[in-house]
Amino acid sequence: MKELLLIIVPLAGAALAGIWPGDRTRPWLLPATGLVHAVLVCWMLVNPPAVAPGAWLAFDPLARAVLPAVSLLFLVCAAYGVSYLRVRAERPNRVFVASLLAVLGLLSAGHQARHLGVLWIATEAVTLAAVPLLHFNGTARAFEATWKYLLVGGTGIALSLLGSFCLGYASLHGGGGGDLTFAALAAQGPGLSRPWVLAAWVLLLTGYGTKMGLAPMHTWKPDAYGEAPSIVGAMLAGGVTTVAFTAVLRVRQVVDAAGESAVATRTLLALGLGSMLLAALFLLRTRDFKRLLAYSSIEHMGILSVGAALGGAGTWAALFHVWNNSLTKGALFLSAGNIQRAAGARTEDEVAGMAMITPVSAGIFVAGLLAVTALPPFGPFFSELRIVRVAFASGHGAVAAGFLGCLLLAFFGLTRLVFAIVDGRPRAAAKAAGGRFGETASVIVPPLVLLGFSLWLGVATPSVLPEAWDAAVRALFPVP
Amino acid sequence: MSGALNLLIGLALGLNLVALASSRLPSVITAAAVQGMVLGVLPLLLEHEFHWLVGLVAVGTVAVKGFVIPGLLRRALRAARIDREVEPFIGFIPSLLLGAGGTIAAVAGSRALPLLPEHAGTLLVPGALASILTGLVLLIGRMQAIAQVCGYLILENGIYLFGLLLIHSTPLLVESGILLDLVVGVFVIGIIVDRIQRAFDSLDTRKLTVLRE
Repeated sequence: MKELLLIIVPLAGAALAGIWPGDRTRPWLLPATGLVHAVLVCWMLVNPPAVAPGAWLAFDPLARAVLPAVSLLFLVCAAYGVSYLRVRAERPNRVFVASLLAVLGLLSAGHQARHLGVLWIATEAVTLAAVPLLHFNGTARAFEATWKYLLVGGTGIALSLLGSFCLGYASLHGGGGGDLTFAALAAQGPGLSRPWVLAAWVLLLTGYGTKMGLAPMHTWKPDAYGEAPSIVGAMLAGGVTTVAFTAVLRVRQVVDAAGESAVATRTLLALGLGSMLLAALFLLRTRDFKRLLAYSSIEHMGILSVGAALGGAGTWAALFHVWNNSLTKGALFLSAGNIQRAAGARTEDEVAGMAMITPVSAGIFVAGLLAVTALPPFGPFFSELRIVRVAFASGHGAVAAGFLGCLLLAFFGLTRLVFAIVDGRPRAAAKAAGGRFGETASVIVPPLVLLGFSLWLGVATPSVLPEAWDAAVRALFPVP
Repeated sequence: MSGALNLLIGLALGLNLVALASSRLPSVITAAAVQGMVLGVLPLLLEHEFHWLVGLVAVGTVAVKGFVIPGLLRRALRAARIDREVEPFIGFIPSLLLGAGGTIAAVAGSRALPLLPEHAGTLLVPGALASILTGLVLLIGRMQAIAQVCGYLILENGIYLFGLLLIHSTPLLVESGILLDLVVGVFVIGIIVDRIQRAFDSLDTRKLTVLRE
């Protein structure tokens, strides 16, 4: 029942936002709903409910291992959203607030989906619910980004539907009774028809990989992240990508059970390293600091994919990295939003010396940059270190070398651009605009809290989290 | 029954070629709409006994794919007052050849696929593969947003055909959820097309080039 509450509460909040009369008070629904959701999720994280075997939706170990991170990210973004929407009071926010709450509800459904069809419905619905968020700014550029998002994302999601049908047919062809829950499919294991399982894996990985933003299916990502408001960027990078990653993990479990785990490992490794390399190369040349965050997100999706390829221990590290990526990337997006608003521009040609105009946001942005490029004692350092160690321990020395090389390139690219906009002498236009932008507590505290989470995960991971990740890995890689 | 099924799928295959060869946007829209309606009635043929949910899904599919979405696209076309000639990246003859070659390859190739005996005699799988290919060719090879949406519709029709393989084994609840999602998806695309038209005063996707690296 509680697992359904996680879905119903945000959706009810979205419905309420749809009929709420006042534009000024409506944004408060975001943190209110976010708080209920976060409290509920944290309570369930500590007291995991029993999972009925045939349930379509359940707070199972995998959901428990990642959904709380998304919920915390949403809560902080929602708190930031109140002040953001106050600044943007000239635009009606009814659709924005309702869509953002719907995204939270559908993300909860997607993380908890234990049925092939339900998983697809939830991820497709998240994609669609995010559309009004992307073109909130109403500019021609925003519509262009939305169009690319819809066309690339829509095609990707269509392919994942085809993949779901293929996996269903694999079960039917192997004599299955048509039960499409992941547990039943994995139980059918070697009885699944191999050719159809392989076709399904390719299509599902392409489809959900598009949603994650793995190269070469990443093309929508820089545009969408660049044009969307910061809180939307943070939710896309920390929440929507996460649901796609859990989808890949769930499908991978079935592919493993069918005896094709070698294929799954190879494809995940190739896509992961490819994404990291491509992102690192683009990081070296992009001039726009919001697009920079998109490329950084592609890089981190590559890291997750490499982690997932490396078996149980690697998946454990990837689940750890999901938390680090969501929370750290959130801090980066929110502080980048402050800088963008103060500077009135996004490229290094127009923005410089932000350390003088918005000292606190610039400080958070630099600290977030160091965190995301794996500086100890922030969380990402520990999860990435773990992936490297697993790679060496499992005899994937070349993978570890490529992984580290890409991280180094990405570090060069990120620091180059971030210091270009933080250092130097501020432009005259930015000085004038920055004078009007006040760094109030309401826009400073949320990114600071997220950065604090990232530090906390690194220095003192609360013991309940490793336990949750252990449980998820045990569920995904059952010892025969 | 299999005869009627194959007849309708054959009709859908012909409509693929019509969509590829049409040089005017309204006829591309019509081809996609008629194809959607033809495929919408297939579940009624496949189910052995009539179930009210199947009927509802079929009626809903026909109404939305045949009338609502084409209506939305035609309205956008009227509002845009754009040139109704289709502008291809991939010319009409090459796309037609691709479509025809793809259809033949799909029919021949699906003999090699491991299919259950009850599906081996139908055109379901070749029809699905050929429609998916047609949809992709239209998505890649046409310049106007509306033609690309039609490509997306045909792609979805192909996937829907493939999904019919599972109609007896999956719960109808899931199928109707999937259909609902698809419908909302195309609807959202239609609305964005409308907005793009207002923002750019054009539906030529070549003009969407501000964002590039």
